Amino acid sequence: MTKKQTDPLERVAQDMKKCVKCGACRANCPAFSTFQREPATARGKVALAQHLAKGDITLDDGTYAAMSKCLLCGSCVDKCPNQVPTDEIVIAAREALAQRRGLTTFHKAVGQVIRNRKLMNFGALAAAVLGPIFFRKVPSTSGLRLRFPMPFLGGSRHVPQIAKKPFMKRHPEVIKGEPGKPTIVFFVGCMTNFVYTEIGEATLALFRHLGCTVIIPQGQQCCGLPGMSGGDLNTVRELAEQNLEALEKYPADYVMTACATCGGALHKLYPLVIGKRNPELKERLQALADRTVDAAVLLQKLGLHPEETGAAEGMRITYHDPCHHRTAGIAKQPRALLKETPGLELVEMEGADRCCGLGGTFNVYHYESSLDINAGKSAAIIETGADAVVTGCPGCIMQLSDGLKQAGDKTRVLHTVELLARKIRS
Amino acid sequence: MLDATVLKQLTDIVGAENIATGAQDLICYGYDATQMEFLPDAVVHPDSAEQVSRILKLANEVKLPVFPRGAGSGFTGGALPKGGGIVLVTTRMNRILRIDIDNLVAEVEPGVVTEAFQMAVEKLGLFYPPDPASLKFSTLGGNVAECAGGPRAVKYGVTKDFVMGLEVVLPTGAIIRTGGETVKGVVGYDLTKLLCGSEGTLGVITKIIFKLLPYPDAKKTMLTVFDSIDGAARAVSTIIKNKIIPTTLEFMDHATLTCVERRFNLGMPDSARAVLLIEVDGDRDLIEKQAGEIHKLIEPLGLVQFRVAKDAAESEELWKVRRLVSPSLRDVNPDKFNEDIVVPRSKVPDVIRRIEVIQQRYDIPIVNFGHAGDGNIHVNIMIDKSVPGQLEKAHEAIKEVFQAALDLGGTMSGEHGVGLAKQPYIPMELNAEQITAMKAIKSALDPNNILNPGKMLP
Ligand SMILES: Cc1cc2nc3c(=O)[nH]c(=O)nc-3n(C[C@H](O)[C@H](O)[C@H](O)COP(=O)(O)OP(=O)(O)OC[C@H]3O[C@@H](n4cnc5c(N)ncnc54)[C@H](O)[C@@H]3O)c2cc1C
Ligand code: SF4
Ligand code: SF4
Repeated sequence: MTKKQTDPLERVAQDMKKCVKCGACRANCPAFSTFQREPATARGKVALAQHLAKGDITLDDGTYAAMSKCLLCGSCVDKCPNQVPTDEIVIAAREALAQRRGLTTFHKAVGQVIRNRKLMNFGALAAAVLGPIFFRKVPSTSGLRLRFPMPFLGGSRHVPQIAKKPFMKRHPEVIKGEPGKPTIVFFVGCMTNFVYTEIGEATLALFRHLGCTVIIPQGQQCCGLPGMSGGDLNTVRELAEQNLEALEKYPADYVMTACATCGGALHKLYPLVIGKRNPELKERLQALADRTVDAAVLLQKLGLHPEETGAAEGMRITYHDPCHHRTAGIAKQPRALLKETPGLELVEMEGADRCCGLGGTFNVYHYESSLDINAGKSAAIIETGADAVVTGCPGCIMQLSDGLKQAGDKTRVLHTVELLARKIRS
Repeated sequence: MLDATVLKQLTDIVGAENIATGAQDLICYGYDATQMEFLPDAVVHPDSAEQVSRILKLANEVKLPVFPRGAGSGFTGGALPKGGGIVLVTTRMNRILRIDIDNLVAEVEPGVVTEAFQMAVEKLGLFYPPDPASLKFSTLGGNVAECAGGPRAVKYGVTKDFVMGLEVVLPTGAIIRTGGETVKGVVGYDLTKLLCGSEGTLGVITKIIFKLLPYPDAKKTMLTVFDSIDGAARAVSTIIKNKIIPTTLEFMDHATLTCVERRFNLGMPDSARAVLLIEVDGDRDLIEKQAGEIHKLIEPLGLVQFRVAKDAAESEELWKVRRLVSPSLRDVNPDKFNEDIVVPRSKVPDVIRRIEVIQQRYDIPIVNFGHAGDGNIHVNIMIDKSVPGQLEKAHEAIKEVFQAALDLGGTMSGEHGVGLAKQPYIPMELNAEQITAMKAIKSALDPNNILNPGKMLP
């Protein structure tokens, strides 16, 4: 470590004071709903972080475990009468704990891989290390199971296939559109690049349809959120800097992402967390955040008319709000587009804006609980009788698919852009 | 400190996964909404009356204090383990045992979250009216122990008005039933009423039998704005005098409106000095008529705005004004003391005037809002604890506020109870004989003083 480390909890000292321990967050915290113990609530985590900051309890495994019981979903922040940013407080606490007791072997491995795109491109290795987060599948032939301890891989998980060729390898850096039309820098994200490449293809098709110039900077990296959830803020900073460089390289009207999680990182967490830690990056990160926009929001803004482009095939769908969309106020736009699409009938599920239970590394450490949270989601989806559940986050897609399959259900799980692009791609 | 044998015995009772002694659990079961903190020695999560009984028997043997706890949303520190001991959490006992539509009763365990119960009965067309603002997270056991009230109390009453019977584990470990499920019943002392509002000092509630009502046909929400607090207060008595009992009569004073307006910009008229949120429920035609009458009755009292919600969404909009109060108060000052005095409803303007004088004398902002319909006012004394002298001033002011309520024939708590927070002021309201009688009850039921010791009675 070259830089002097400051106590991350100091960054949130004022925020922690805002919590009056009223308990309102008990009603909305998915972690509490599954663990049913006070240290898992937002209020509990704030209290523990306050004690950590005072230094009056030993930084033992118990606090680490309590802090791991958070999906960083932000529901507590939305509903807290005092707007206590528990998610930021948890990130700071995880960072503080990581500084003091070191990263776990698993998170060290995560950091190594997400910092290294070459490694990531070598799919098997990436799958091995990031498996539980991104791919959930370790090729048994790779021999990597021996190199990395992975006690968390349960046998019953349903895992998506890793793409034969990553999305970014299939396209040139600049895809020219019509003159006078907006230029869009596409931040692809790992899940889209390595697993759900069709999301990337659909996004590309839609913006090309609108005549936009789409740029896919090859220097872009993982957004770093897996590191954020493990408290490995040095890795996140490194990635944020590389992404800044890559995304600033081209003058563009928008930086666009089709992944709610990546969007959340670029739009909110970079300036908030990395910006606060590194004042020298603050302005640039803020400028990037200001230009970042979600694919569905941008499509609506640029005037996509699904009634002209949408598919006619009839389908009953329901929509799941990813947490990183909910906290950014993105809910109406994707629904509006889907409603305009001919043949689609949108039925709302109960608790559409409730977390699906993925929560980055939460899903790794607390797989059973993550599924438990997801079970309610699956039930709500099935209840609607929809043919497909649609959402705007590849992470949610993976989690929802896993949950539905575990429930023995055949409802399809699709990204908004996939439905919107169906006709123009066929 | 707990010795190893006692810990082992407790573990045998609840099972290893339901007892915690780690620092994290001790911290997280050591606070409530008062922001006070006392660390227990252990936290137990029993699952049945039988387990609770065994815990209390053990506690009597080894003289171990036991503190019952629901969701820990109390405003007076009732569930806090002051002096150490074990916190007994009821949240695992969270089953709705039955809802009897023939007799309009329901039997539940204490750990059920209030809103979950409301939703379950509403699905059957039934109604459980008590609605503390904490209903989304507080437990029914906590509601009964505190005798929680809410905005619907004007028409329907508070929690105790819906409790027909209880299963209680007495401090000595005996399991008893009180009351029953019949509408009438006069055999013996009414222990049910005694236990409602006993703040976890006389027994641990392990089952509750609630009375239910049919769900009202329809409701109508009105937001009314007045050019004086007197006008709003007179509106309350005028409505009731004319034999209309609204479900809700919530009021906000000028200071409250200023807070809400500053933060949320709701576009209140400049002349607004007080707001009444009125709701009537019942038969569809009747409430139409009542809404019209209410408008006519309050028109001459300095009414400057009258808005009626057309549908549920608009009603929610009007309620929003009330719900925004809490979050906006902190703009005044970072720390607040939320007192919940009650006066006879006709005395609301008098008490507000007296509070105004107190506010001027101590020069600290006081913001008032609350349930005008039942004279229950939330007096919020806003201070900044980091400013030297403010805390002392606040305590003095609180005392005077209580005195004002008592002078006008009221009480110093309508909802939040005594717990630790109001204990020092108890002798202002209860005389020595009353306190002696209450202490006699406590020591008869809890000879070793092991259940929630140090709470309520001085
Ligand atoms: C934002 C907010 C709004 C509120 N609004 C209202 C309101 O409108 N009206 C109102 O009346 N109150 C209100 N309160 C106060 C509080 O929510 C109520 O007092 C509630 O009933 C407490 O329930 P709980 O489960 O949190 O109990 P706790 O806080 O855990 O305990 C409260 C007391 O009950 C005892 N207790 C709990 N469970 C049992 C049991 N099973 N057997 C015996 N004793 C038990 C405890 O020992 C303690 O003395 C509010 C609080 C907050 C934070
Ligand atoms: S985080 Fe917010 S909702 Fe939760 S206890 Fe603190 S103030 Fe209340
Ligand atoms: S961010 Fe989500 S999981 Fe974490 S404390 Fe808040 S509500 Fe709970």
